[in-house]
Amino acid sequence: MAKLNMVKALNLALLEEMERDNDVLVLGEDVGVDGGVFRVTDDLQRKFGSQRVIDSPLAEAAIIGTAVGMALYGLKPVCEIQFSGFAFQCFHQIENHCARYRMRSQGRFHIPMVIRMPYGGGVRALEHHSESEEQFYAHIPGLKMVIPSGPRTARGLLAAAIRDPDPVIFFEAKALYHAAKEEVPDESEALPIGRAQVAREGDALTLVAYGAMLRVALEAADVLLAEDGARVEVIDLLTISPLDREALVTSVKKTGRAVVVHEAPRSFGPGAEIAASIMDGAFLSLEAPIRRVTAHDVPFAGFAREKANVPDGPRVVAAVRETLAF
Amino acid sequence: MPRIALEPRFQVEYLSVLDSDGNLDTALEPKLSDNDLKSLYRAMLLGRRLDERMVRLQRQGRVGTFAPIKGQEASQIGSAFTLRRSDWMVPSFRETAAMVWRGWPIDKLLHFFAGRLEGGQPAPDQHDLPITIPVATQLPHAVGLAYAVQYRGDDAVVMAYFGDGATSEGDFHEALNFAGVWHVPVVFVCQNNQWAISVPLKKQTHSRTIAQKALAYGLPGLQVDGNDLLAVYAAAREAVDRARAGDGPTLIECVTYRLGVHTTADDPTKYRAEEEVRMWEQKDPLTRFRAYLEKRDLVEVGLEQRIDDEIAEAVRRFEATPPADPLTMFDHVYAAPPPGLLAQRDEMAARERSAPAPAGPEPAAPPDATPMRGQRRTRR
Repeated sequence: MAKLNMVKALNLALLEEMERDNDVLVLGEDVGVDGGVFRVTDDLQRKFGSQRVIDSPLAEAAIIGTAVGMALYGLKPVCEIQFSGFAFQCFHQIENHCARYRMRSQGRFHIPMVIRMPYGGGVRALEHHSESEEQFYAHIPGLKMVIPSGPRTARGLLAAAIRDPDPVIFFEAKALYHAAKEEVPDESEALPIGRAQVAREGDALTLVAYGAMLRVALEAADVLLAEDGARVEVIDLLTISPLDREALVTSVKKTGRAVVVHEAPRSFGPGAEIAASIMDGAFLSLEAPIRRVTAHDVPFAGFAREKANVPDGPRVVAAVRETLAF
Repeated sequence: MPRIALEPRFQVEYLSVLDSDGNLDTALEPKLSDNDLKSLYRAMLLGRRLDERMVRLQRQGRVGTFAPIKGQEASQIGSAFTLRRSDWMVPSFRETAAMVWRGWPIDKLLHFFAGRLEGGQPAPDQHDLPITIPVATQLPHAVGLAYAVQYRGDDAVVMAYFGDGATSEGDFHEALNFAGVWHVPVVFVCQNNQWAISVPLKKQTHSRTIAQKALAYGLPGLQVDGNDLLAVYAAAREAVDRARAGDGPTLIECVTYRLGVHTTADDPTKYRAEEEVRMWEQKDPLTRFRAYLEKRDLVEVGLEQRIDDEIAEAVRRFEATPPADPLTMFDHVYAAPPPGLLAQRDEMAARERSAPAPAGPEPAAPPDATPMRGQRRTRR
């Protein structure tokens, strides 16, 4: 087993999938010679050539639009949007076409493509470089929305996304790129899309998180165990859509309480759908209202104020304590 | 430090072979067999008759909103005729004549305009994309298809259609730019019909031509008389051959005119003068080409009737189709529906069982629904 950070783990998944399938190609801004601004596609152009690892002109809509055309022909493009904040320039291609071609053509065509985007805060970056917009994609029928929480899940889920016959929006937390190294198996690994993992077992409360917020949730769980003796169960969602409702309901039936953590603004965010799903499936088990610990409903407020906006351990601990005391 | 003109100097050409007075430039006249000439006329006439029939079907409430093509038959058939079956056609939403030429069954198109997605399903061996409605967004798809053709080492060509309004969209410019940089086998066919709903070309662009927009992207651009079937054919032939030979993309601007409404929900008397329409009717692409065929004694007797019979038969097939099964709306969302979606399907199935939908071709609009402009309030 090799110990890799998330950038290297993603790079490994791309390398392995390109080696196993000639139809997989990579396109985006600066993904070739430069290896991507975060180096996720490092060295791929040297290995596979500039026809397969394409330094595209700077235009998000055409990156996604041409990739749709490639996918219609049977290729499996993996697009990089340099920052998720720039994806609104291609949002129409994603919503109008990636998500709908299977339906519009009644199965004659499908869009086996992946759109990778770095998202989220924690890197002291300017506007449009720090936001979390997973809710937009999770709301669109026809798309899958995946957010890994570390090197191993990043590698395994990216492999699965590339092999998936449907379009997958793949968010990579910038805060996690170099945060930690993790053992990844020597053999290529594909983790199931649509399946959450129990990151830590517990019985006092269900703490739901994903992406960079998983670390925040685990940190809070440590504090709660040490200081309150409360064994909190932490669920790592991994796929936002389709949501693993069964995993959520199973956990809450055991714990009776839930707190959801995400970096996106609160209103109409994933936390609302997660809470509603728990209510649907485990209402009679609930001992307390479901709390959401999220960013506030403000546009990007500058990284000088980011710490006050993005959830952190103490905010999660406080919300869990209130829920436990209800 | 001089200020000098850069080479190369650019030029945009205009091509006309057969004008509206019947004058023929024999030096430019394409070499087409008698059979091809007959097929071309037949395809244009089918496009025209079907268009007129579909407007009536819409007025009767038998299909929904539809974008007529009347006046644009030569732009569509002259270009699509140059494609092989194995080439790719990427339509927008006003290419009925070209789509029928490419092999879309008429009853399938009727289904599309009657709100059934079955009408957008190409046959398994058909290299055509379904109708795309958001303006210009299909153009990057054409470029991507062409990239894939090249990547796989195939020899197909991709032809993409759009209107003059589309040339104001970012996707148009991005598509031409990518096509130029990647040097892929794609032909962009602009049907410049002078009107984007109510906005005339002069309010759409300050450029003298649409063809010249290609030059900024390093592609050849050619303007043709879009009502001159022979000119459109000649221009498309040249562009398709160039693309197939690996010599890159082309933009063709077909100068034509939308003789009818934008869609059946539109009333053009609000924004354009009748005299303008009358003037363009004098340039009707069918009249001109029919006269050309008459001189060669190539007009088939009884053609109109045979075409009308074919359309009537397609309408009969379309109307004999059983009602759409609502449950199939879950079939093509994902390759495998996730559990949450299956649960929603089950909810619908339970509703359907407890309150079966009324029999009949399609449910009539509720009596208090506001009909689309031009549409009758009640179904006949």
